[in-house]
Amino acid sequence: MVSFKINGQAVQAEPGWTVLETARHHGIHIPTLCYHEAVEASGACRLCVVEVKQGDWSKIVISCMYPVAEGIEILTESERVKNVRRWILEMLLAECPGSKDIRELAAQYGVNSTRFTPHHPDEQCILCGLCVRVCKEVVGVNAISTVGRGVHKKIGSPYMEPSEACVACGSCVTVCPTGAMRARIDAVRGEPKVQLAPQAK
Amino acid sequence: MSKAKAEAKAQDARLASAADLEALRQRLIQDQDPDRPEIIVCHGTGCLANGSPEVAEALKKAIKASGLDAKVVPGIKATGCHGFCSRGPLVVVRPQGLFYQRVQASDVDEIVQTTLVEGQAVERLLYKDPVSKEAITLEQDIPFYKHQKRVVLRNIGKVDPTDINDTIARGGYLALAKALFAMTPEQVVAEVEKSGLRGRGGAGFPTGRKWKSALAAIKKKGRPVYVVVNGDEGDPGAFMDRTIMEGDPHAVLEGLILGAYALGAHQGFLYVRAEYPVAIKHLTIAMEQARALGLLGENILGSGFSFDVQVNRGAGAFVCGESTALFTSIEGRAGEPKPKYVRSVEEGLWGRPTVLNNVETWANVPQIIENGSEWFAGLGAPNSTGTKVFSLVGKVNNVGLVEVPMGIPLKEIVETLGGGVPGGEPFKAVQTGGPSGGCLPYSLKDTPVDFDSLTKAGSMMGSGGMIVMDRRDCVVDIARYFLRFLEEESCGKCIPCRLGIQRMREMCDGFSRGEGSEADIAELKSLARAIQDGSLCALGGSSPNPVLTTLQYFEDEYLAHIRDHKCPAGVCKALITYSIDRDKCTGCMACARACPQKCISGQKKKPHAIDAARCIRCGICMESCKFQAVQVQ
Ligand SMILES: Cc1cc2nc3c(=O)[nH]c(=O)nc-3n(C[C@H](O)[C@H](O)[C@H](O)COP(=O)(O)O)c2cc1C
Ligand code: SF4
Ligand code: SF4
Ligand code: FES
Ligand code: FES
Repeated sequence: MVSFKINGQAVQAEPGWTVLETARHHGIHIPTLCYHEAVEASGACRLCVVEVKQGDWSKIVISCMYPVAEGIEILTESERVKNVRRWILEMLLAECPGSKDIRELAAQYGVNSTRFTPHHPDEQCILCGLCVRVCKEVVGVNAISTVGRGVHKKIGSPYMEPSEACVACGSCVTVCPTGAMRARIDAVRGEPKVQLAPQAK
Repeated sequence: MSKAKAEAKAQDARLASAADLEALRQRLIQDQDPDRPEIIVCHGTGCLANGSPEVAEALKKAIKASGLDAKVVPGIKATGCHGFCSRGPLVVVRPQGLFYQRVQASDVDEIVQTTLVEGQAVERLLYKDPVSKEAITLEQDIPFYKHQKRVVLRNIGKVDPTDINDTIARGGYLALAKALFAMTPEQVVAEVEKSGLRGRGGAGFPTGRKWKSALAAIKKKGRPVYVVVNGDEGDPGAFMDRTIMEGDPHAVLEGLILGAYALGAHQGFLYVRAEYPVAIKHLTIAMEQARALGLLGENILGSGFSFDVQVNRGAGAFVCGESTALFTSIEGRAGEPKPKYVRSVEEGLWGRPTVLNNVETWANVPQIIENGSEWFAGLGAPNSTGTKVFSLVGKVNNVGLVEVPMGIPLKEIVETLGGGVPGGEPFKAVQTGGPSGGCLPYSLKDTPVDFDSLTKAGSMMGSGGMIVMDRRDCVVDIARYFLRFLEEESCGKCIPCRLGIQRMREMCDGFSRGEGSEADIAELKSLARAIQDGSLCALGGSSPNPVLTTLQYFEDEYLAHIRDHKCPAGVCKALITYSIDRDKCTGCMACARACPQKCISGQKKKPHAIDAARCIRCGICMESCKFQAVQVQ
């Protein structure tokens, strides 16, 4: 067992656990967007940041990937952590104004408005990549991927055309934290091969 | 020659021991006649573009035609970049070291006649000091070269990079022979560690320590282990790594083989930016020639140690220079960074222990092994040993590549070597460390240029780019320039970088239009901290540096934009107006002809005027005026 502290509280973890796993195990909440138990962590959204203190140095890391270590001290609500969170949420509010999930998440952390002007008023996708990872790692078909780089990055099937590979399982829709995939799935699978379950649609 | 014979010959050429290498070197030295004039024609990328191949061709013809005494027939040698590209094509005549700049094919007859036959210098081709206006005859007397300490660049401009013999004659591969036969791998690592060498690719991580932790990782996980050269050089305006790879490829190769020996690696990778075809070509030639001599491949120099290397072309993105992105790119996937809480010395290429070092870092290794760690540690500053190559660009007289001991004051690089700002005024600021570096003001001119001092000042060494700015450069505009670059280069994987850089840029765009308030500056700083803390890799993590340093040292200039709606440097278009000083205007009409908007009017020999409503503030009138009558406010 590895012993360390989260917000002053003594916690124990199995070796190989991440800070996030440990926190969840102990009922300590840390917000996440791009993390899902079913797939490999990727560290894309950075919402799960925490501050690690060891002696007199400290740094910001992502809890979904940071491995536990004996004697470290984790802060989930320090000023630096809250500052990263605030700006991520504020930027996401402007980035996907169409997503109710994001609005609710932001409100939970006290971010109710954004100083930024949205670029795409209907956008919902935050490019967390969960849909891509679940399609590849769980479904095993690689029907979707990210296309382009940086601010031009998008999620889609190759050449943004209906994908032969897509089996219309809807897994991507299920893992999507913002509801963006719901609007996108039809473009990926083309003619509906199988009707999606109504609640997923 | 039959294939079998050719193979047998290739076999023959292999050096089977350190003694063979030394014998070859002695033979090569003896073949050289120290009095035989040698004409060096720079074939670096800059001079190539300016016509150096034509100059070399013309020289060959002219020498042949002149019928010079066979004994003193000059050799013509094409070398890598001499670092003074802004003066190219460069021709240097050795042994004297006569230095000719901006040489054209039409100049060669005069060079042959005056210099080779009569032994005189061709006055009009000499370098003229921009300050004293005096002509300087010899290369070694030109301030640009005189104050350099060329360790990494020692062979460049001297050897033909496509002929391994040239490098061997100057001591190439001696360090390798020494390590293979007189040092254990651990001793090589220890020597590098004692030298204090720190990585030249950006972060300045101690190289010896990296190698040592790789050894520890190998103990845990076993081999294979890989050694990798980072030749992805992507900073705008930087060309030190290109110059080293093009001009002295064997230095990089020898360094890599030494590292491989130290770590017990049998496979290495040269990851070279795809936009560097000459570097790729010269490295490939160097590898072939080294293999043919038994300096690379199976059983190197008969030592029993085998190592080979391959060239990988960069995927063309700035972020591919980042270690984890570089590895995924070599592995054949899209080059995107991965969070690393396990260091790449433990888990790099294909999850194996891997040592990645920058081109310049590797090129230092042979010299450390050959001359000893004490020699190296004696150069430079205590915590930043050795030298560093800088590319000096921007508002400076001598644009080019310089190598200096670490720790020399910033102003010495800019003013003594660089010749200062054209026109003689002091520089306003220097951006060090490329787009993720910082902008240091003139008041910090005495800052020693070493890793720690630059970091302390809010900037960084980075890979060694130096952009000099004068009072006509606006800091808000500079911040926007670097943010735009990084915004385009962000891989987009993580949110703070992908969205944050864009939003910082938009806030600065607002300032450049005179929008915003002091509260917005505070918000920008807060966002910058979130990006520093939250980004996945150092591209995002260091992206706020230009903004934060310009804010730290030039806050007044930001405030002038926001509060007074003025751009003191006269750059930000929304805040400036061009006008014509009636007293200075001679009515020459040059500006009126140049103006793309045709919004300048006036009669010949009478003062002109600009119609501010139609003016697009391109500044062309200002450049075209010979009487400094156009003003910007
Ligand atoms: C966005 C980004 C780009 C980089 N580009 C380069 C590069 O072009 N060349 C380089 O040597 N290092 C580059 N680096 C640094 C490398 O990640 C790595 O630290 C370096 O190659 C290690 O070698 P060194 O210890 O010899 O400096 C880059 C880092 C980042 C974050
Ligand atoms: S569609 Fe949903 S799951 Fe896929 S990247 Fe966008 S937000 Fe993430
Ligand atoms: S910091 Fe930028 S470049 Fe690095 S992973 Fe994040 S988005 Fe990609
Ligand atoms: S949940 Fe950890 S980075 Fe997204
Ligand atoms: S290319 Fe000739 S000096 Fe740089």
